[in-house]
Amino acid sequence: MPSSAVQVAGVTLLRQKKAVLDNISFTVPAGSFVAVLGGNGAGKTTLFRTLLGLEKPSAGQIWIEGQPVQKGRMPIGYMPQVRAMVAAQISGWSTVAAAQQGWKWGLPFYGKQARADIDAALAAVDAQALAQRPVGSLSGGERQRLMLAQALLDNPHILLLDEPLVSLDPARMRETAERIHTLARDRNMTVLMSTHDINPLMGLMDHVLYMAHGKAVLGRVEDVMTTQTLSALYGAPVEVIKAGNRLFVVAEGGGASLQSCMCMGHGA
Amino acid sequence: MLEYEFMRTAFLAAFLAALVCGPVGWFLVLRGQSFASHALSHVGFAGAAAALLLGQPALLGLGLGAVGGGVAIGLAGDRLVGRDVTIGLVLSVAMGFGALCLHFLTHSASSATALLFGDILGIGSSMLGWLGALSVTCLMALAFVARPLLFASLQPEQAEARGVNMRLLDILFLMIVAVATAQCAQITGVLLVFTLMIAPAAASLRMGFSPLLGMGVATLLALLEAWLGLVLAWYTNCPTAFWIAALGGSVFIAASLFCRVRGS
Ligand SMILES: Nc1ncnc2c1ncn2[C@@H]1O[C@H](COP(=O)(O)OP(=O)(O)O)[C@@H](O)[C@H]1O
Ligand SMILES: [Mg+2]
Repeated sequence: MPSSAVQVAGVTLLRQKKAVLDNISFTVPAGSFVAVLGGNGAGKTTLFRTLLGLEKPSAGQIWIEGQPVQKGRMPIGYMPQVRAMVAAQISGWSTVAAAQQGWKWGLPFYGKQARADIDAALAAVDAQALAQRPVGSLSGGERQRLMLAQALLDNPHILLLDEPLVSLDPARMRETAERIHTLARDRNMTVLMSTHDINPLMGLMDHVLYMAHGKAVLGRVEDVMTTQTLSALYGAPVEVIKAGNRLFVVAEGGGASLQSCMCMGHGA
Repeated sequence: MLEYEFMRTAFLAAFLAALVCGPVGWFLVLRGQSFASHALSHVGFAGAAAALLLGQPALLGLGLGAVGGGVAIGLAGDRLVGRDVTIGLVLSVAMGFGALCLHFLTHSASSATALLFGDILGIGSSMLGWLGALSVTCLMALAFVARPLLFASLQPEQAEARGVNMRLLDILFLMIVAVATAQCAQITGVLLVFTLMIAPAAASLRMGFSPLLGMGVATLLALLEAWLGLVLAWYTNCPTAFWIAALGGSVFIAASLFCRVRGS
């Protein structure tokens, strides 16, 4: 297995002449757990879609496990950002099962092995009981668990999880982050997980990929989460405040700009 | 009533239509595209009216019109404007064009009624052969795309990430819907395709079955609706189209009540 799971070199992606990703380069070592941080519109979702081959960069190159990106043929489990479930009446099991080799032509029949795989993925996130209920009756966090199970089908080497902690209360955030961390360690998976709030991942992540204004830096938490590095990234003075073992990024001057620039931490 | 040839043909035609309406309708409701099927039947109407004007069989025009409309809706997609606006526009332009054709088709007002409300008792045995061929084509095509279509409907982002060609799938499915619509319109007329295609499927989805079972239940409900409609029309003075529509509404209400009582 190549030592780098994801390698991004000089990638630029334009949307309506605006660089959503602006000459980004980073390398994610295999088996590492990366928190992808950044405020709304920083480009986290776009980056994930680009890694999946769904968006074509206008410049630069991406290798996944040493291979150039090829849409639909990569060992990547993907959990998109939450959205309303269209089919509220369909059971969780059927929803997850739809992803089981869902790209093949033919009827959605599931053989013994396929059923066992689906059940195993559900068991891995402790969602067997949830799966019996229609998805419309589940809470946001419960649906996220089903979507996590779906991402585990086919035993991917890499997980791209887009804001899996959103809509969870703080205790559940930590619990979910730990669940993902344990799964990744046990299965030797590389994880890129985007989040608004770094604090539920404290002590779990190996690296931070911090995104702002289409730029990104990757490094260890203590190297990236510094006033100096982030000020350079934002191109404006920001301050990293440590409170106990929690981190907060605050725009200098605080007050009104705190909200727009604060990418992690919630006051309480 | 089964001693009459035209009644036997009618029951068979209803069977063929239900067979297709069940699974196709199930996907339509699942994908939130029931309005699209409604529009396709109207485009089909314009095609049929044009075909009659040109002295061609109505079914041919209906099929071509609906398939053309399906491809157009699929291609335009959500690129131009909100999809319901696109569809609504296509629907009304088609109806206007159909009205124009019928205006010049002064000699046969009865064929207009047959197009709009169906003429199940007037189906001949050669037409039955055509309907059978359409059913088989439609079901085979749907069986081919069912798995990726289910994936794309339930988890569009993941399906895309897995290399499912969403646009192609969308167009293929709308073409299947178009053929199913053309067939169903023979039974219920273009105005009431909704009742045979959407009502049983919506009722089945309401009851929360797994996909394949749900499609089966939708088919059974559609069959029940169509056959019961024929029987009721035989014993009363009301047309089949009325009964099918009334039964369609009842099935959906019954399913909703059933779910309410069961507490889900
Ligand atoms: N479909 C789109 N068309 C145009 N701009 C887009 C589109 N999707 C996202 N963007 C822009 O790209 C930027 C990054 O968006 P996104 O990747 O969704 O950020 P994040 O996930 O970090 O919130 C934003 O400025 C957004 O406005
Ligand atoms: Mg996002």
